[in-house]
Amino acid sequence: MSAAAPKQDGLFDCRDSFAATIEALAAADSRIVTVVSDSVGSSKLAGFRKKFPDRMVNVGIAEQTLVAVGAGLANGGKVPFVSAASCFITGRAMEQVKADIAYSNVNVKLIGQSSGVAYGELGPTHHSIEDLAWLRLFNNMKLIVPADPWQTVEAIKAAAAHDGPVFVRVSRMAVPALERGVNPTFSIGQAETLVDGADATIIANGTMVHRAVAAARTLAAEGVAVRVVNMATVNPLDETAIAAAAETGAIVTVEEHSVRGGLGGAIAEVVATTNPVPMRILGFPGFVPTGSAEWLFDHFGLTETGIADAVRQTIARKKR
Amino acid sequence: MVYEAQLGHPGGDFSAADILATLYFGVMRYDPARPADPLRDRFIMSKGHCTGAFYAVLAAAGYYPEDDLKTYMQPMSRLNGHPNRNYLPGVETNTGPLGHGLPVATGIAIAGQIDGADFRTFVLTGDGELQEGSNWECALTAAHRKLENLTLIVDRNRLQQGAGTEETASLDPLDDKWRAFGWHVEMVDGHDHTQLLDVLSASPKGRGKPLCVIANTVKGKGVSFMHDNVSWHHGVPNKEQFEQAMRELV
Repeated sequence: MSAAAPKQDGLFDCRDSFAATIEALAAADSRIVTVVSDSVGSSKLAGFRKKFPDRMVNVGIAEQTLVAVGAGLANGGKVPFVSAASCFITGRAMEQVKADIAYSNVNVKLIGQSSGVAYGELGPTHHSIEDLAWLRLFNNMKLIVPADPWQTVEAIKAAAAHDGPVFVRVSRMAVPALERGVNPTFSIGQAETLVDGADATIIANGTMVHRAVAAARTLAAEGVAVRVVNMATVNPLDETAIAAAAETGAIVTVEEHSVRGGLGGAIAEVVATTNPVPMRILGFPGFVPTGSAEWLFDHFGLTETGIADAVRQTIARKKR
Repeated sequence: MVYEAQLGHPGGDFSAADILATLYFGVMRYDPARPADPLRDRFIMSKGHCTGAFYAVLAAAGYYPEDDLKTYMQPMSRLNGHPNRNYLPGVETNTGPLGHGLPVATGIAIAGQIDGADFRTFVLTGDGELQEGSNWECALTAAHRKLENLTLIVDRNRLQQGAGTEETASLDPLDDKWRAFGWHVEMVDGHDHTQLLDVLSASPKGRGKPLCVIANTVKGKGVSFMHDNVSWHHGVPNKEQFEQAMRELV
């Protein structure tokens, strides 16, 4: 099972990787079904619908029913992948996510599509920069934010293999394939170190990881050795990777999410109670102005330059 | 149970008791020794606050010892104030917040439909609970998918927590609403076991529609001072009231 082909510019839409993977998994496991709320196109599931027309449930524009029907399908022995825009599958159906999926601890996979500020110009109603903060409250729900096409494939496979609630956050923002060593592995709860370094650590996930790697390259040219950790799993966190990061004496987190309660907040909870070091949390402050996703990344410093600046400033706060 | 716990929802327990007894002892197919049997009929107690009646019926059906009922709502009891599937066999999904049962039951019924399985899915809601919009969302889907294996029973006692349903956000004509949504509707006396048995045990095969049974009931049925009295939604009897209620129920 491999990721879908890149677009012409060498960048990938991870929704294609999701769609290719779910089709391949469904061919091998008849329990797999998809549940959508008129979100076939935005979930890239037209191919799935063509191959498995009886295994797609479209409830219409009704997110509470979307999530609850997923819980019911799991009760009936299915492995449902419930897929819709991340802003609605979480916020619109929050109590169903809580009571029907998390508290009932059922085998449902929630796929939050087009997460973050992908729908930039549509504004904060359609941004999903609160989803991880909301879902982090459910201790038994695995939260995965893949960074590139390969990791999206692996995350979907891991979600299908895990018996219990999983949320996978899938971006529609174009991203490059990350460079990794031979035979990379993915497992839920295990971070990967993409660049090693001892002066500071950037911990990122999703669409920000390749930007973090670029920032580390910039800093390396200045003689600053920065570690880059891809923390794709937000719950459970890889606390070993966080402890190792704290040993570099400075941590900068980067995420396409609110700075309140997301990856940075989760890591701060661990760092503050284990090995406090200077930290900087990069993300969005809350509701953001209208603008394209790329404009928003630039405006809020979620760029190679902005990340590098934050690392320099955080290193300067290290105790001497 | 409610008297010992000094907590509970006795009014709704009594309006639902005959419906639950009919389902578990006259209609549904299940084996308490195999609560996860994939071919079992499912029941979801969407009015999850009425655990007094639900737990008593599950115990009588053999899911766990009746002695456990003494632990109702005590610390660390499996018998929570609202049902929890992870603790208690026979509970299909965790309920309590209203408007959750029918959508989950719809998902179960769809799973059965996909597999061509012949199990049935029953869900009991309160009538006030139908003010939650989530019910009407999935009413569309259940009808659209012709889920004849799905049966909704509405405990139509006409009282919600604070007042009558018709004084609060009126539901009538409730049967017309379900018909307009594409459901088959039956109206019964929710305390008449024969009527309940007739509509609930009839084979749904070939109906091509989900079934809504509007069971006209009386909140606090069987206890004179609770009878149709809104204050017993979550009232708790004192010693004299408890003794009187027990005399009347016997």
